[in-house]
Amino acid sequence: MEYQAKELFAKHNVPLTAGTVAETPEEARAAAEALGGRVVVKAQVKAGGRGKAGGVKLAADPDEAASKAAEILGMDIKGHTVRRVLVVPAVDIAEEYYFSFLVDRANRSYLCIASVEGGVEIEEVARTNPDAVATVPVDPVTGVDEAKAREIVAAAKFPAELADQAVDMVGKLWNCFVGEDATLVEVNPLGRLSGNRLDALDGKVSVDENADFRHSEHEKYADRSADDPLEAAAKEKNLNYVKLDGAVGIIGNGAGLVMSTLDVVAYAGDALSSGDGGGVKPANFLDIGGGASAEVMANGLEIVLGDAGVKAVFVNVFGGITACDEVANGIVSAFRLLAERGDRVTKPLVVRLDGNNADEGHRILDEANLSGVERVDTMDGAARRAAELAAAN
Amino acid sequence: MAIFLDDQSKVIVQGMTGAEGQRHTRRMLAAGSNVVGGVNARKAGTWVAFDYGTSDGTSLPVFGTVEEAMKETGANVSVLFVPPRFTKDAIVEATDAAMPLIVVITEGVPVHDTAEAFAYAQSKGGSRIIGPNCPGIASPGKSNAGIIPSDITGQGRIGLVSKSGTLTYQLMYELRDVGFSTCVGIGGDPIIGTTHIDCLQAFEDDPETDGIIMVGEIGGDAEERAADYIKQNVTKPVVGYVAGFTAPEGKTMGHAGAIVSGSSGTAEAKKEALEAVGVKVGKTPTETAELMRKTLQTTG
Repeated sequence: MEYQAKELFAKHNVPLTAGTVAETPEEARAAAEALGGRVVVKAQVKAGGRGKAGGVKLAADPDEAASKAAEILGMDIKGHTVRRVLVVPAVDIAEEYYFSFLVDRANRSYLCIASVEGGVEIEEVARTNPDAVATVPVDPVTGVDEAKAREIVAAAKFPAELADQAVDMVGKLWNCFVGEDATLVEVNPLGRLSGNRLDALDGKVSVDENADFRHSEHEKYADRSADDPLEAAAKEKNLNYVKLDGAVGIIGNGAGLVMSTLDVVAYAGDALSSGDGGGVKPANFLDIGGGASAEVMANGLEIVLGDAGVKAVFVNVFGGITACDEVANGIVSAFRLLAERGDRVTKPLVVRLDGNNADEGHRILDEANLSGVERVDTMDGAARRAAELAAAN
Repeated sequence: MAIFLDDQSKVIVQGMTGAEGQRHTRRMLAAGSNVVGGVNARKAGTWVAFDYGTSDGTSLPVFGTVEEAMKETGANVSVLFVPPRFTKDAIVEATDAAMPLIVVITEGVPVHDTAEAFAYAQSKGGSRIIGPNCPGIASPGKSNAGIIPSDITGQGRIGLVSKSGTLTYQLMYELRDVGFSTCVGIGGDPIIGTTHIDCLQAFEDDPETDGIIMVGEIGGDAEERAADYIKQNVTKPVVGYVAGFTAPEGKTMGHAGAIVSGSSGTAEAKKEALEAVGVKVGKTPTETAELMRKTLQTTG
């Protein structure tokens, strides 16, 4: 969100007009009083187009700041509820520019995008006026020194009288990009204020979770409020879970195979409803990873069964490193563990095991003879069966 | 032949002394890979015993540096099982030693570290990086560098390149009666050292490969670019599979790179791009395997 991006910008001395975060109209009033005079009250949500949605309002005095904040707080912007606003001093903006550093997947490198046409979505500018958008590759080893910053500023055609300021700003944003392990550092708009001052009026920073081990302070930026409660519970148990809204709960190993399982279930569901697209759908993504233990399987089942929309569960495992007998034991123990926790499994479970020790896995499941558990040999067949069971329940 | 890895490959393991490193070194030995040693500066001069091979097992030497290991053993492949925070330095060390093939299994490497290590390797030339966050590479019957199980399938004439480990295994299993020349798990991270295109090119040039399976997933536009490449450069039959048609926008699906952003990176767009250049795309892994089997029967 904007205020978080600005915190990170400020840490790297990027020039900006500081504001105050408020969670109530009263706090907004106090902030406006402290800032003295005219302010802008801005909704803080993880979504673009806040202005168009009515989430950014000018207030002439503290009373108006409070009333505008009251209007904005609680507003829904693209599915996000506004829980806080940022109160910033109103400034006179002469021009709006655009600037970003990002990880460029296609070229396996970094890219800088800059334009003198800011304040709108850069994709839009790139479509309507591609000449106004400068894209400058940045080598991850050599990075951005002053010469590189000058090259970027020249390519972007920033006005000559702002060049030195812009070079300085580019250097500081680069420090933010590298120093925070960001995958995106974006300033939009980058304002030219009266007195020819450059100011990061609004921005966005995305940080790489894989780098959290060297940024313990990033923990506070993790947005848990928007999470689905089941997703939050899964995260606590270190499970890789994404909630969807279908009826077939999915548990599998390996991100690719689980994604594929969702697709195959959706096709099966669609086929059942004679292809009108209104069929049974997958309820979630859950990757239990390699070497899934009984406990992981129990936790996974608990999360998936905790979804009231789930009518049947499909456990799809290909034993590569994972041994299928361990997975089968995991399912058996999970049933016992869940019964001990008072959550007896009442929904049907379709299990498909292939690969490493699959025969032994089958034997264990057959012997345990768990009620509601069906074994199907192929992935497509098991998906079909799970969809049938979900449709029937 | 096969690609990148064959019976001439001599493998060292960076991180062999750790738990994962030991476990998978043993598996590689059992798969018939010629593993010749490990690297760990703090344990240089020691030996690690593996209960594999002769009744006494196999013992492998630990070297202080990659350079020394290469000099002493003639190693030309390094497999990395080092923790994420040390991965960049380990790749840079292998690159400095001009290690021809560097296979990075480690999951969770910061993307800035990968970007730097990759750019560094490019500037030096001479090293190919596979991964990170990948299962590695296997040329059945010849060598296995990484964690791909060696007992799923034997040698054959299909080349496979995939972002996903378990989908690789699934397809190897479905086509175990046909067999594979080489299977490459390129990894699911946003930045990877070897791409679909690199593998397509190598399979096209490999006389032991008759058909290619390309497995993709949501996120980025690697599959679209691969489609362009196929149109211009690949004459061998290619069958594709794309995972993630049901993935919602803006959610990371397990792999760090698997995310649909706005309207870009969707499975539908990737499938269309591949079909537009004549690649048959299976709806399920099983159907994909069937398409490959039929294609080989017609051409073979």
